[in-house]
Amino acid sequence: MSGGHVVRLRVNGVDHEAEVEPRLLLVDFLRVQLGLTGTHVGCEHGVCGACTVILNGDSVRSCLCLAVEADGGAVETVEGLGRVDDLDPLQEAFREHHALQCGFCTPGMLMTGIDLLRKQPLASDGEIRAGLSGNLCRCTGYQHIVRAIRASVEARDGD
Amino acid sequence: MEIEVRPGLIGARVQRLEDPRLLTGHGTYVDDLQLPGTLHLAFRRSDHGHARIIAIDTEEAAAMPGVAAVVTAADIADGVKPYRATSRMPDYHPTTLPVLAADKVRYVGEPVVAVLAENRYLAEDAAEQVAIDYDPLPTVIDPEAAAQPGAPVLHEEIGSNVILSRSFSRGDVEAALAGAPVRVAGRFRMHRKTPAAMENRAYLADYDQGRRALTLYSSTQVPGIVRDSLAEILDIPGNRLRVIAPDVGGGFGGKTPLYGEEVLVCHLARKLGRPVKWCADRLEDLTTTSQAFDEIVEAELACDGDGTILGLRAEVIGDIGAYSIYPYTAALEPVQVISFLPGPYRVPSYHGAVKGVATSKALTGAYRGVGRPISTFAMERLVDMAARELSLDPLEMRRRNMVRAEEFPYKTPVGLVWDRAGFMECLDGAAAAADYDGLRAEQARARADGRWFGIGLASYAELTGLGSRISAAPGMPVNTGTETASIRIDATGAVTAAFGIASHGQGLETTLAQVVAEELGVRVEDVEVVHGDSDAVAHSTGTYASRSTILAGGAATLSARALRQQVVEAAAHLLEAAQADIEVADGAIRVAGTDRAMSFPELAKAVFVEMGRLPRELREQVDLQVTKTYDPYFGTTAPATHLAVVEIDPETYRVAIRRYVVAEDCGRIINPMIADGQVHGGVAQGIGAALYEEVVYDDEGQILTASLVDYLVPTAAEIPEMEVLHLEIETEANIGGFRGLGEGGTIGAPAALANAVTDALAPLGIDIDELPVTPDRLFRLIREANKDEN
Ligand code: FES
Ligand code: FES
Repeated sequence: MSGGHVVRLRVNGVDHEAEVEPRLLLVDFLRVQLGLTGTHVGCEHGVCGACTVILNGDSVRSCLCLAVEADGGAVETVEGLGRVDDLDPLQEAFREHHALQCGFCTPGMLMTGIDLLRKQPLASDGEIRAGLSGNLCRCTGYQHIVRAIRASVEARDGD
Repeated sequence: MEIEVRPGLIGARVQRLEDPRLLTGHGTYVDDLQLPGTLHLAFRRSDHGHARIIAIDTEEAAAMPGVAAVVTAADIADGVKPYRATSRMPDYHPTTLPVLAADKVRYVGEPVVAVLAENRYLAEDAAEQVAIDYDPLPTVIDPEAAAQPGAPVLHEEIGSNVILSRSFSRGDVEAALAGAPVRVAGRFRMHRKTPAAMENRAYLADYDQGRRALTLYSSTQVPGIVRDSLAEILDIPGNRLRVIAPDVGGGFGGKTPLYGEEVLVCHLARKLGRPVKWCADRLEDLTTTSQAFDEIVEAELACDGDGTILGLRAEVIGDIGAYSIYPYTAALEPVQVISFLPGPYRVPSYHGAVKGVATSKALTGAYRGVGRPISTFAMERLVDMAARELSLDPLEMRRRNMVRAEEFPYKTPVGLVWDRAGFMECLDGAAAAADYDGLRAEQARARADGRWFGIGLASYAELTGLGSRISAAPGMPVNTGTETASIRIDATGAVTAAFGIASHGQGLETTLAQVVAEELGVRVEDVEVVHGDSDAVAHSTGTYASRSTILAGGAATLSARALRQQVVEAAAHLLEAAQADIEVADGAIRVAGTDRAMSFPELAKAVFVEMGRLPRELREQVDLQVTKTYDPYFGTTAPATHLAVVEIDPETYRVAIRRYVVAEDCGRIINPMIADGQVHGGVAQGIGAALYEEVVYDDEGQILTASLVDYLVPTAAEIPEMEVLHLEIETEANIGGFRGLGEGGTIGAPAALANAVTDALAPLGIDIDELPVTPDRLFRLIREANKDEN
C-alpha cells in the first residue's frame, strides 16, 4: 500500500521511514510494514486494549491511531522490552505469577502495566484493577495479572 | 528458570515453557504469519435475518483496484462438496451448511460473497461495492414461537424449525410429583452468550502446486477434526493436507467447529495457486463465531417433608440458531442440559425433554461448560427454592441430597455414572473455607441495617476426559474418546513428544512436558512438546471438553513408560548392568550404587550411530521412539461447589461480589499454578454469563451486540479476587488419576450468583430466574416487587 504520505517513526529506539496511505492504522504499520507482530489486534474499535503501545510516553490504542498521526513520534512496543532469554522485570513477574494463558492480551497488558508503573502509585489492588480496566483478558480472570503488577509495584517501591 | 527436581514433577509449580515467547511478542498467531503473494479475503455478509437471494451483482467490485477475484456460491460448487453434521440420534434433522449462501440467507452475518484482493483494506473496499438483491422473508426469533406449527420455516426440506427432540426418563415422576408434600417450579431463562476469545478467528491457506499439497494455518482448537473434514469436503488425502494451529489466542469452544471460511480459504488457495488469508474482525466474530447458552428450562422439583428429593421434571427449549453446527450437531448443548439437570444429587425419578429449535440467528455450538451452566442454574435455583419452602438452610438441603461417598459408583437418572469423587468434600470444603456460619451472621447484621447482602451456593458435577464409550456430542460420527502421543529420542539425544491436541492457553506444553519428564526421567525443559499439528500423529481431534490433560496425559504416560523401558534395556547392555539396576532421572542414566553413567546423547549415539555397540536384535528392538494411544473408555467425574457473597447497591443496582470461593476436586494436579488459572478464567466467564453478557437480536434478526461496547466482557474492575480450594481425591478412572478442570468455573458461577442475588433480595421476595441479571433487569424486578408490596 502506498499513497504519498511519508511517516517517520522511532520504534523501540530504531528509526523508520515509510510511505503510507493516510488511512493506514498505526497497528497495521507496526505489524505489516515493520513486521512487529507482537502488538495484537482484538477489536479494532478501541475496547480490548490488545493493541496498546506507548507513543511519546503515553499508552495509546494503536488501532485508533493512524500511522500518519504518529509521524515524528517515538513508539514503544512489547518487542522493546526484554528478550526471550533475558526478560524485563514485568515480563518476569507475569511469568512468575502465571499472568498469561493464551498470551493474546499479554502485550497490551504489559504495555499498559509499564505505563501504570511509570506513572501511578498503585497503592491498592483496586487502583491496579481500575488501571487495567481498559484491557480485556478472556483467559486469566485477571487475578494473576493483578498479582504480577502488585509484585512489580513492590519491587519498584523497594518494599 | 526455576524447575523443581524429582521427586514430584507432577504436582510441581513449574513455570510455563510457552511463556517467554508469548511475553516478548514472539508468539506466532495466524495473523502474524505473512507469506509472500498472499491474497486477503473479505466477505459481503447478509444484512437480513431471513431472505431469499434474488440477484448478486459483482461487476463493480471485480473492477476495483487490487481485486483478484469475487466469488459467489455458484463459483465454488465444483470444488467444495456440501457438508452437514450427521448423527445417529433419532429425531434429529441435519441441515446442509453452505460455505457461501446460495438461494437463501438465514442469519445476519451469513457469508454471501467473498472478495480476494492484495490487502484487506482493498478487499473490504470492493466487498462494499457488491450489490445483493434480497426478497426479505419473515424471521424467526423467539424459539418458543418458532417451534409452533405455522411458524415461518428456515429449512423447508425439514418442514419445521424443530430440528431435534430428545428425552430421558427414570421412575414414575408423575406419581412422585403428585404425592409430594413440597413442590417448587420455575421457568429459567439463560440468554445467549458468545465465547469472545481475544483472538478473532483467523485462517491462512498455502497451496504447494508442486506437491499438490495444502497447508491450513488455523486458529482452531481441533486441527485433527478440521483436517479430516477438509479431506472429505475438498477431496484431498491426509498426506497432502496439513492443518496447523500455531499459537491460538483462546478458544473456549468457539474454535471447535469447522467454519465455512476455513473451507473457502483452502479452496481458493488451491484454485488460485496463491496463499489466501482471512482474519475475522470483531464484528465478524460477534456475528458469526458459534454462540451458546440459549435455553429456556421449565422445571419442577418434588421433595418430601425433610427435604429428600423425590422427583424432577423438565421441559427445555434450546435456541440453536440458523443451522446445525458441524460436526457436533445442534444437539450438543440442548441434550447436555437435560443430561446434567439432576446435578450431583440422588434423584429417584426424572423426566427431562428437550427440543432444539432453529432461529434466524448465528449458529450455536460449544462454549465453556456446554449446557451445564444452564442445567446447574435451573437445578440449584430449585434446590434453594425447596429449602426455602422447608425453612431449611441451603447448605443443609444440599447435604441431605448429595450423592454420598459410599454410594459411588452412582448411576444418574439418564444413565451416566459418577465414579468416586469429592462431592460432599467440595460442599463442606467451600462452606468451611468461606466460614459459612460466620457469613450467615454477617448477613443477619447487614439485613438489620437494610442492606441487600446475599450468599449463594452452587454444586455440580461434570464428566470430563470422555473415552470412546461416550461421545462428546450425542451420535456424532467423530471419535473423541482417544488421544495419541508419539515420543522419541533422536540421534542427538533430544526428546520430542508429539500430540494431536492443541493448547491455546491451557499450558499443555508445560503440563504434558511435566508428565513426559516424570515418566521418562528427564528434566522438564528437555522435553519439546509438539501440538496443534495434524501431522503430529495419525489421528486426533484436539482440545475441548476438559479432555486434554486426561487423554493426552494418559497417552504421554503410556508412551513415556514404554520409551523408558527401551532406554533401560539399551543402557543395561551398554553399562553392563542388570536392567533392575538402571536408574533414569534428570536426564542422566546411572547404574545404581556405582559411578557408571551415561547421558541421553551418549545413549542415542550408541543406538543410532555407533554400530556394533548394541547387538543386532537389540538394535531392532530399541529404536527410541514409541507411539501409544490412550482410551479412558468411560469418563471421569469432576465435582465442585461454588460460594458467592454479593451485595447489591440500592441506587445503581450494581451487584458487587464480596467473596468468591471455589472448592473443586480435579484429581491429581499436574501444576497447581496452572490449575488455579483455569479455575479463575472459568469463573470470570461464569460471572460474565451471570451479570453482564448477553447477545441480543431484535425482531428483525438484527444483532444489537455487535461490538465489545455492547457485548460486555468483564474487566479487571468487575472480577473479584477468588479463593480456590483444590481437593485432590484419588481416582482410578484414568491412568494419571486426573480429572479435567477447564470448564468447571463457568458451570458453577451463574448458579451461585443467581442464588446469591436471590438471597440478597429475599426481603423483597424476588427470585432470579433470568440471566444475566443486569442492573436493568434488577431495577424492573425490584420495581415490580415494590408495586406488589404497596
Ligand atoms: S484492537 Fe485496539 S483496542 Fe482492541
Ligand atoms: S491470556 Fe488469553 S486473553 Fe489474556
